[in-house]
Amino acid sequence: MNLFIDAFAWIFDPANWVAGAQSPLPIQDRLAEHLLYTFVAVLIAALIALPLGFYIGHTGKGRQFVISFTGGMRALPTLGVLFFLTMVLGYSMVSTTANFLGTMIALVLLAIPSILAGAYSGLESVDRQTIDSARASGMTELQILVKVEIPLSLPLIVGGLRSGVLQVIATVVIASYVGLGGLGRIIASGIGLNDYNRILGGAILITALALLVDGVFAVIQRLTATPGVGGPADTGRSAVRRQAQRQPATVGTPNQERE
Amino acid sequence: MIEFRGVTKQYPDGTLAIEHVDIVIQPRTITVLVGSSGSGKTTLLRMINRMVDPTSGQVLVDGTDVATVDPVRLRRSIGYVMQNGGLLPHRRIVDNVATVPLLRGVAKSAARARSLELLDTVGLDRGLADKYPRQLSGGQQQRVGVARALAADPNILLMDEPFGAVDPIVRLELQTELRRLQSALDKTVVFVTHDIDEAFALADQMVILRTGGIVAQIGTPAEVLAHPADDFVASFIGADRGQRRLRLQPRDPASGRIVVVDSAGRPAGLIEDDHASIGDGASPDVKAS
Ligand SMILES: Nc1ncnc2c1ncn2[C@@H]1O[C@H](COP(=O)(O)OP(=O)(O)OP(=O)(O)O)[C@@H](O)[C@H]1O
Ligand SMILES: [Mg+2]
Repeated sequence: MNLFIDAFAWIFDPANWVAGAQSPLPIQDRLAEHLLYTFVAVLIAALIALPLGFYIGHTGKGRQFVISFTGGMRALPTLGVLFFLTMVLGYSMVSTTANFLGTMIALVLLAIPSILAGAYSGLESVDRQTIDSARASGMTELQILVKVEIPLSLPLIVGGLRSGVLQVIATVVIASYVGLGGLGRIIASGIGLNDYNRILGGAILITALALLVDGVFAVIQRLTATPGVGGPADTGRSAVRRQAQRQPATVGTPNQERE
Repeated sequence: MIEFRGVTKQYPDGTLAIEHVDIVIQPRTITVLVGSSGSGKTTLLRMINRMVDPTSGQVLVDGTDVATVDPVRLRRSIGYVMQNGGLLPHRRIVDNVATVPLLRGVAKSAARARSLELLDTVGLDRGLADKYPRQLSGGQQQRVGVARALAADPNILLMDEPFGAVDPIVRLELQTELRRLQSALDKTVVFVTHDIDEAFALADQMVILRTGGIVAQIGTPAEVLAHPADDFVASFIGADRGQRRLRLQPRDPASGRIVVVDSAGRPAGLIEDDHASIGDGASPDVKAS
């Protein structure tokens, strides 16, 4: 237990938060980098995966291909991808750029499968009759997507983003292997210095950050649950499964209460 | 007027859903498409608003081949009601009703005011306007579905087993309501059901379909009852089993009333005017029980 107390003491030691402290400190700078890498990687992944997922979910085309493809992507060892990319990219550009690009690509590849799955399984979970009826009332395909499918599947879409973000937050640590920042730097330097407080402190910071971000997403998921569809959004990845089995919301019974 | 001219529909998987159908539907009437499950009723109905395109033949609305009309524009000009109402679960009732006007760019406040009027028209309390579909009963949702279909003031109303999911009493109520609406609003209604009694209750014209999407008979309910075109129709309307055959009982001496019984001898109703002498050519109203 002492180990943890010492690690927390290290985290809360004001000296570790002083601007200009010796690298890899101060902590807030590494935190900011960690969040920035996460944000950029997830943003790029979302820009690729969301439109693709919407296309697959709306048209039903290419579903089989994408499922097996993302299955393969999930199996890629991110660290291996990182070293491979930095090596390959290193031939054609300066190593700092290669390292940064390689890290970003590895993280984007990591985040894409979850976001993609959230988007297309979200759209697939929308009651076919609702979509059919929207089309029969004269909505264009784009209007069906934007006004019906996306609002109704928003909690699942956000759920996909949420697990993508969490995976990336936990994995940004590898950026330090190629000399980039992030909280991984603190752990790496702790290993170098044989400083257990630093190693554990860094790990705790990452965990806390992940929990915090997860909490924020839980709130967003709850807020995006469409009011007419009922229950507050489930938490975590199990939401995808549970909500997919949900009864079509168009069937109601008298005086049925919204949970 | 809606016209089917030599319409055939074969789905990509090879299913022949409709085979060479010709139907003329007069404006401001209720035409009921009736037939057993899989006989192509829905397919036929959805060809009118281009939710399904025929493999060959033409569907004309007021003389225009619908194949030449942009589907989105066509659909906005035709009301469509489906079995469970097909409401958008994430939108309040009032916004559901306003779906098409909003798509057409009507201002939000005007669309809302019109929606509230339509709730009155279909006999719903305005207090339901801000609820979500799942907070309503099946029958109420069905009425909202009708209100939504009426919102763009279409000339044509397509209804696909709209009352299939509600209990018999509500169903009867909705049928009466539909007749009232139809005569009040002068719509051309095309109505799909597999319930032959519902067809008799609503139809000005009946189209009886048999498996394979073949028209077995077209006619008024009276024509169909009096002259079933073939054994299939006779069996479908229950005439062969004597289900439609009613008999008069001797006048009840105590009350002076005449009871009508069905083929099994169970009472089916009373003769409305018990002073009329039966058999003198006047056809008394038979009031169904
Ligand atoms: N999208 C489709 N693809 C292939 N076959 C279809 C499709 N839609 C309908 N069918 C087939 O076409 C035939 C007619 O179907 P349709 O839905 O028009 O029947 P229906 O009379 O409305 O039946 P129900 O009373 O069960 O609604 C059926 O054999 C059905 O299996
Ligand atoms: Mg049908």
